[in-house]
Amino acid sequence: MKNRKIKNVFREGAIASQFIGDSIAKHQSKTTIGAHSIFLGQVRADELEGKTVSAIEYTAHEEMANIKFHEIRETTFEKFNLSCMHIYHSLGLVKTGEICLFVFVSSPRRKEVFKALEFVVEEIKAKVPVFGKEIFEDSSHQWKVNS
Amino acid sequence: MDLKIKYFGLLAEITLCNEEVLEFSETTISEVLEVLHNKYPSLRDKDFQVAQDLEIVSKDSIVSATEIALLPPFSGG
Repeated sequence: MKNRKIKNVFREGAIASQFIGDSIAKHQSKTTIGAHSIFLGQVRADELEGKTVSAIEYTAHEEMANIKFHEIRETTFEKFNLSCMHIYHSLGLVKTGEICLFVFVSSPRRKEVFKALEFVVEEIKAKVPVFGKEIFEDSSHQWKVNS
Repeated sequence: MDLKIKYFGLLAEITLCNEEVLEFSETTISEVLEVLHNKYPSLRDKDFQVAQDLEIVSKDSIVSATEIALLPPFSGG
Protein backbone atom coordinates (compact mmCIF):
# COMPACT_ATOMS: atom_id res chain seq x y z
CA MET A 1 0.00 0.00 0.00
CA LYS A 2 1.41 3.39 -0.97
CA ASN A 3 1.80 5.86 1.82
CA ARG A 4 -0.41 8.76 0.82
CA LYS A 5 -1.42 11.47 3.25
CA ILE A 6 -4.95 11.53 4.66
CA LYS A 7 -6.74 14.42 2.98
CA ASN A 8 -9.75 16.39 4.08
CA VAL A 9 -12.45 15.41 1.60
CA PHE A 10 -15.09 17.75 3.00
CA ARG A 11 -16.11 21.13 1.62
CA GLU A 12 -18.60 23.48 3.23
CA GLY A 13 -21.80 23.74 1.18
CA ALA A 14 -22.40 22.76 -2.45
CA ILE A 15 -19.56 21.90 -4.82
CA ALA A 16 -19.53 24.65 -7.45
CA SER A 17 -19.40 23.86 -11.17
CA GLN A 18 -16.49 26.33 -11.41
CA PHE A 19 -14.50 24.19 -8.96
CA ILE A 20 -15.25 21.06 -11.03
CA GLY A 21 -14.23 22.82 -14.24
CA ASP A 22 -11.01 24.06 -12.66
CA SER A 23 -10.21 20.51 -11.48
CA ILE A 24 -10.52 19.23 -15.05
CA ALA A 25 -8.33 22.07 -16.37
CA LYS A 26 -5.58 21.25 -13.85
CA HIS A 27 -5.14 17.84 -15.50
CA GLN A 28 -4.18 19.23 -18.92
CA SER A 29 -0.51 19.11 -17.92
CA LYS A 30 -0.74 15.39 -17.04
CA THR A 31 -0.34 14.06 -20.55
CA THR A 32 0.00 10.35 -19.70
CA ILE A 33 -3.72 10.44 -18.88
CA GLY A 34 -5.99 9.29 -21.69
CA ALA A 35 -9.33 9.05 -19.88
CA HIS A 36 -11.13 10.81 -17.06
CA SER A 37 -14.40 9.75 -15.50
CA ILE A 38 -16.43 11.94 -13.19
CA PHE A 39 -19.33 11.21 -10.85
CA LEU A 40 -21.44 14.09 -9.58
CA GLY A 41 -23.98 13.42 -6.87
CA GLN A 42 -26.84 15.91 -7.08
CA VAL A 43 -29.45 16.58 -4.39
CA ARG A 44 -32.79 15.27 -5.66
CA ALA A 45 -36.17 16.84 -4.88
CA ASP A 46 -37.74 13.64 -3.52
CA GLU A 47 -41.42 13.77 -2.59
CA LEU A 48 -42.92 12.25 0.55
CA GLU A 49 -46.57 12.53 1.52
CA GLY A 50 -47.07 15.58 -0.67
CA LYS A 51 -43.97 17.39 0.64
CA THR A 52 -40.88 18.05 -1.49
CA VAL A 53 -37.26 17.99 -0.36
CA SER A 54 -35.68 21.44 -0.74
CA ALA A 55 -32.19 20.71 0.59
CA ILE A 56 -30.03 18.15 2.39
CA GLU A 57 -27.98 19.13 5.40
CA TYR A 58 -24.90 16.91 5.70
CA THR A 59 -23.04 16.09 8.89
CA ALA A 60 -20.34 13.48 9.38
CA HIS A 61 -18.04 11.82 11.84
CA GLU A 62 -15.35 13.79 10.05
CA GLU A 63 -12.25 12.16 11.49
CA MET A 64 -13.53 8.64 10.83
CA ALA A 65 -14.96 9.62 7.45
CA ASN A 66 -11.65 11.05 6.22
CA ILE A 67 -9.91 7.82 7.24
CA LYS A 68 -12.55 5.78 5.39
CA PHE A 69 -12.19 7.98 2.29
CA HIS A 70 -8.44 7.42 2.51
CA GLU A 71 -8.85 3.63 2.78
CA ILE A 72 -11.19 3.65 -0.21
CA ARG A 73 -8.60 5.65 -2.20
CA GLU A 74 -5.83 3.21 -1.28
CA THR A 75 -7.93 0.15 -2.16
CA THR A 76 -8.99 1.71 -5.46
CA PHE A 77 -5.38 2.49 -6.44
CA GLU A 78 -4.48 -1.14 -5.66
CA LYS A 79 -7.35 -2.57 -7.71
CA PHE A 80 -7.22 -0.33 -10.77
CA ASN A 81 -4.53 1.25 -12.92
CA LEU A 82 -5.24 4.90 -12.11
CA SER A 83 -3.11 8.00 -12.59
CA CYS A 84 -4.98 10.05 -10.02
CA MET A 85 -8.18 10.32 -8.03
CA HIS A 86 -9.99 13.17 -6.32
CA ILE A 87 -12.97 12.99 -3.96
CA TYR A 88 -14.91 15.93 -2.51
CA HIS A 89 -18.04 15.69 -0.34
CA SER A 90 -20.19 18.51 0.98
CA LEU A 91 -20.95 19.30 4.59
CA GLY A 92 -23.74 21.61 5.69
CA LEU A 93 -26.62 22.70 3.52
CA VAL A 94 -26.86 21.70 -0.16
CA LYS A 95 -30.00 22.73 -2.03
CA THR A 96 -31.81 20.52 -4.54
CA GLY A 97 -30.10 20.60 -7.91
CA GLU A 98 -26.72 21.38 -6.34
CA ILE A 99 -23.76 19.01 -6.24
CA CYS A 100 -22.87 17.25 -2.98
CA LEU A 101 -20.34 14.63 -4.16
CA PHE A 102 -17.58 14.95 -6.77
CA VAL A 103 -15.47 11.92 -7.64
CA PHE A 104 -12.84 12.28 -10.37
CA VAL A 105 -10.69 9.35 -11.55
CA SER A 106 -8.07 9.40 -14.31
CA SER A 107 -6.11 6.70 -16.10
CA PRO A 108 -4.13 6.17 -19.29
CA ARG A 109 -7.04 3.95 -20.49
CA ARG A 110 -10.83 4.31 -20.48
CA LYS A 111 -11.84 0.83 -19.24
CA GLU A 112 -10.11 1.37 -15.90
CA VAL A 113 -11.87 4.65 -15.12
CA PHE A 114 -15.37 3.26 -15.73
CA LYS A 115 -14.80 0.35 -13.33
CA ALA A 116 -12.90 2.39 -10.75
CA LEU A 117 -15.50 5.15 -10.60
CA GLU A 118 -18.37 2.79 -9.84
CA PHE A 119 -16.28 1.03 -7.21
CA VAL A 120 -15.36 4.30 -5.46
CA VAL A 121 -18.92 5.66 -5.40
CA GLU A 122 -20.42 2.41 -4.08
CA GLU A 123 -17.74 2.17 -1.39
CA ILE A 124 -18.41 5.76 -0.29
CA LYS A 125 -22.14 5.10 -0.03
CA ALA A 126 -21.61 1.95 2.05
CA LYS A 127 -18.64 2.74 4.28
CA VAL A 128 -18.33 6.45 5.03
CA PRO A 129 -20.12 7.87 8.10
CA VAL A 130 -21.90 10.80 6.48
CA PHE A 131 -25.48 11.62 7.43
CA GLY A 132 -27.97 13.52 5.28
CA LYS A 133 -30.95 15.32 6.76
CA GLU A 134 -33.56 15.89 4.05
CA ILE A 135 -35.24 19.23 4.67
CA PHE A 136 -38.69 19.82 3.20
CA GLU A 137 -40.14 23.12 1.98
CA ASP A 138 -42.14 23.49 5.22
CA SER A 139 -38.90 23.12 7.29
CA SER A 140 -39.84 19.63 8.57
CA HIS A 141 -37.21 16.97 7.96
CA GLN A 142 -36.37 13.27 7.75
CA TRP A 143 -33.05 11.42 7.86
CA LYS A 144 -31.99 9.99 4.53
CA VAL A 145 -30.94 6.34 4.25
CA ASN A 146 -28.86 5.14 1.30
CA SER A 147 -30.57 2.43 -0.75
CA MET B 1 -14.18 4.96 34.04
CA ASP B 2 -15.12 7.97 31.96
CA LEU B 3 -16.26 7.28 28.43
CA LYS B 4 -17.00 9.95 25.86
CA ILE B 5 -19.99 9.06 23.68
CA LYS B 6 -20.53 10.82 20.37
CA TYR B 7 -23.95 10.86 18.74
CA PHE B 8 -24.63 11.54 15.07
CA GLY B 9 -27.61 12.35 12.87
CA LEU B 10 -30.95 11.14 14.15
CA LEU B 11 -29.35 9.85 17.36
CA ALA B 12 -28.13 13.33 18.35
CA GLU B 13 -31.73 14.54 18.00
CA ILE B 14 -32.82 11.91 20.51
CA THR B 15 -30.06 12.61 23.04
CA LEU B 16 -30.21 16.40 22.46
CA CYS B 17 -26.40 16.52 22.44
CA ASN B 18 -23.56 15.68 20.07
CA GLU B 19 -21.42 14.15 22.78
CA GLU B 20 -21.27 13.55 26.49
CA VAL B 21 -18.92 11.99 29.01
CA LEU B 22 -20.45 9.36 31.28
CA GLU B 23 -18.96 7.14 33.91
CA PHE B 24 -19.30 3.43 33.27
CA SER B 25 -18.34 0.29 35.10
CA GLU B 26 -19.61 -1.84 32.21
CA THR B 27 -17.06 -3.69 30.12
CA THR B 28 -18.73 -4.50 26.81
CA ILE B 29 -20.29 -2.24 24.19
CA SER B 30 -23.67 -3.94 24.62
CA GLU B 31 -23.59 -3.29 28.37
CA VAL B 32 -22.84 0.38 27.72
CA LEU B 33 -25.70 0.47 25.21
CA GLU B 34 -28.05 -0.99 27.80
CA VAL B 35 -27.27 1.96 30.09
CA LEU B 36 -27.84 4.38 27.20
CA HIS B 37 -31.11 2.68 26.29
CA ASN B 38 -32.33 3.26 29.82
CA LYS B 39 -31.25 6.89 29.72
CA TYR B 40 -32.75 7.45 26.24
CA PRO B 41 -35.58 4.90 25.75
CA SER B 42 -36.18 5.98 22.13
CA LEU B 43 -32.66 4.83 21.18
CA ARG B 44 -33.79 1.25 21.71
CA ASP B 45 -35.65 0.82 18.42
CA LYS B 46 -33.13 2.77 16.32
CA ASP B 47 -30.74 1.16 13.89
CA PHE B 48 -27.11 2.16 14.49
CA GLN B 49 -23.54 0.89 14.53
CA VAL B 50 -20.88 1.58 17.14
CA ALA B 51 -17.36 2.77 16.34
CA GLN B 52 -14.44 2.47 18.73
CA ASP B 53 -11.01 3.85 17.76
CA LEU B 54 -12.64 5.03 14.50
CA GLU B 55 -13.56 1.47 13.46
CA ILE B 56 -16.96 -0.23 13.52
CA VAL B 57 -16.99 -2.85 16.26
CA SER B 58 -19.43 -5.59 17.20
CA LYS B 59 -21.65 -5.06 20.20
CA ASP B 60 -19.97 -7.81 22.21
CA SER B 61 -16.59 -6.07 21.94
CA ILE B 62 -14.84 -5.01 25.14
CA VAL B 63 -14.70 -1.26 25.70
CA SER B 64 -11.03 -0.44 25.22
CA ALA B 65 -11.09 3.20 24.09
CA THR B 66 -12.00 6.39 25.95
CA GLU B 67 -14.43 7.35 23.22
CA ILE B 68 -17.12 5.56 21.23
CA ALA B 69 -19.41 6.86 18.50
CA LEU B 70 -23.00 5.84 17.73
CA LEU B 71 -23.53 5.98 13.98
CA PRO B 72 -26.98 5.77 12.34
CA PRO B 73 -27.28 4.39 8.77
CA PHE B 74 -24.94 6.20 6.38
CA SER B 75 -26.39 8.47 3.72
CA GLY B 76 -23.49 10.21 2.02
CA GLY B 77 -23.28 11.05 -1.66
